Amino acid sequence: MAYSEKVIDHYANPKNVGTLDKSKTNVGTGLVGAPECGDVMRLQIEVDQESGIISDAKFKTFGCGSAIASSSLATEWLKGKTVDQALAIDNMDIVEELNLPPVKIHCSVLAEDAIKAAINDYRVKNGLPELTAEKA
Amino acid sequence: MDLKLPIYLDNNATTPMDPRVLEAMLPYFVEKFGNAASRNHSFGWVAEEAVDYAREQVAKLINADAKEIIFTSGATESDNLALKGVFEMYASKGNHIITCTTEHKAVLDSCKHIEKLGGQVTYLQVQADGLVDLGELEKAITDKTILIAIMYGNNEIGVIQDVKGISQIARKHGVLFFSDATQAVGKVPVDVMADGIDLMAFSGHKMYGPKGVGALYVRRKNPRVKVTSQMDGGGHERGMRSGTLNVPSIAGFGKACEICMNEMADEAKRLSKMRDRLEAALSELEESYVNGNKDHRLPHTTNISFKYVEGEGLMMGFNKNIALSSGSACTSASLEPSYVLKALGLGDDLAHSSLRFGLGRFTTDEQIDFTIDAVKGTVTKLREMSPLWEMFKEGVDINAIEWAHH
Repeated sequence: MAYSEKVIDHYANPKNVGTLDKSKTNVGTGLVGAPECGDVMRLQIEVDQESGIISDAKFKTFGCGSAIASSSLATEWLKGKTVDQALAIDNMDIVEELNLPPVKIHCSVLAEDAIKAAINDYRVKNGLPELTAEKA
Repeated sequence: MDLKLPIYLDNNATTPMDPRVLEAMLPYFVEKFGNAASRNHSFGWVAEEAVDYAREQVAKLINADAKEIIFTSGATESDNLALKGVFEMYASKGNHIITCTTEHKAVLDSCKHIEKLGGQVTYLQVQADGLVDLGELEKAITDKTILIAIMYGNNEIGVIQDVKGISQIARKHGVLFFSDATQAVGKVPVDVMADGIDLMAFSGHKMYGPKGVGALYVRRKNPRVKVTSQMDGGGHERGMRSGTLNVPSIAGFGKACEICMNEMADEAKRLSKMRDRLEAALSELEESYVNGNKDHRLPHTTNISFKYVEGEGLMMGFNKNIALSSGSACTSASLEPSYVLKALGLGDDLAHSSLRFGLGRFTTDEQIDFTIDAVKGTVTKLREMSPLWEMFKEGVDINAIEWAHH
């Protein structure tokens, strides 16, 4: 299948590949997907605790080009947002931005799941209740 | 030397047509357009002559008699005709068919169809190297068994089954032996007499011939085999396959067989040397695994898993320049990795991480060099990006993690 320009660009020049120190209390880590399904995403956020703003975001992804692009885009969007704003990122926004075809929508769902998982990890670490999963 | 891109390394999917084949076909479109079944004028005779000549060329390649060649639209039709045709023709003898889990879908789905019609099918598991266990095969035979359907060379991993061993078992028990030899004919010597094959499917476009034409070999002597036709009509092809013959494609198929006959030995030597070089270079990458038996396989195929990178993502790194296939299909319709690799007992991680390289007549050393660099570079880059690779490097047991399946 033909990939969109934006997917190709994120794949060729992924933004924010890397690892944050998950032992820090202001770092939240989300690991979603499964090797069986052919995609695993790890997304991390570092929160500036004064302002509540996500100061850094990193990802590593095992998966197809769309999965890599979805997580790369997610890290770009996360930086500079507050945690609450980050929660509002919807997978369909990713679909639209990357022009994902219907068969690749699950890649965007996975990215949204990864964002939520990272935020939850951050919340739990900081004594906040875990958010219950809403629509994926 | 100038390297022309993109490079085609998906010759197990289809092969480019040899220009010599096209030349053999051209007269039969416009000028010699006759219907080979028109018995009473020269237009028909000319067409019939072309078909007869091609039938000889095809038969010669597999050491058969020309009368034993039934022209079809391709291997899928031949598979269907062999399985369903035998099931119908030999219904009074039994209803049990033995096949294996790594067969082509045309065989597996025909078997499923037969099961719906009341047939019994045994799907043998293959061993970790892709070979059928002959002891298991013999044990599966019952007094209701009419057919053993085991492929010659596998399309995904290139493993060549012990065809002679299988045919001996079939003979011993009075069971017919059908082999889908689509990937093998024209690539390695296939001899229906020496191999003891009773029915065999193969196709033009896998051996540098045209698409849309294939053949079913149906043995006429020791034993005389018949299949019930699956299409009703004019009773062409000794009543086993009705439909006006595709004369230009049949002429091309014949020519393709003749070229393979003459050039196969040298070509196999050249391709296996290149394949081995490619394989050795890519095996230098850590955690890369060659899938399937390396001693019994097609000369032009290798299937390699690069652990901790996903196949489709991997291909994206070079698919502008190199065409090949992955065992991973990352679509919402099918998140399942290759069933052939799964049948070898590969974990999903390895099955999702595989690439199939199919070399061919027009593959060059320069193309192999380019491919080695591109694949190595992409695997390395994607591993840097892979959380699984990081875990592996840190000594985390990935199988011990409770993954949220979705």
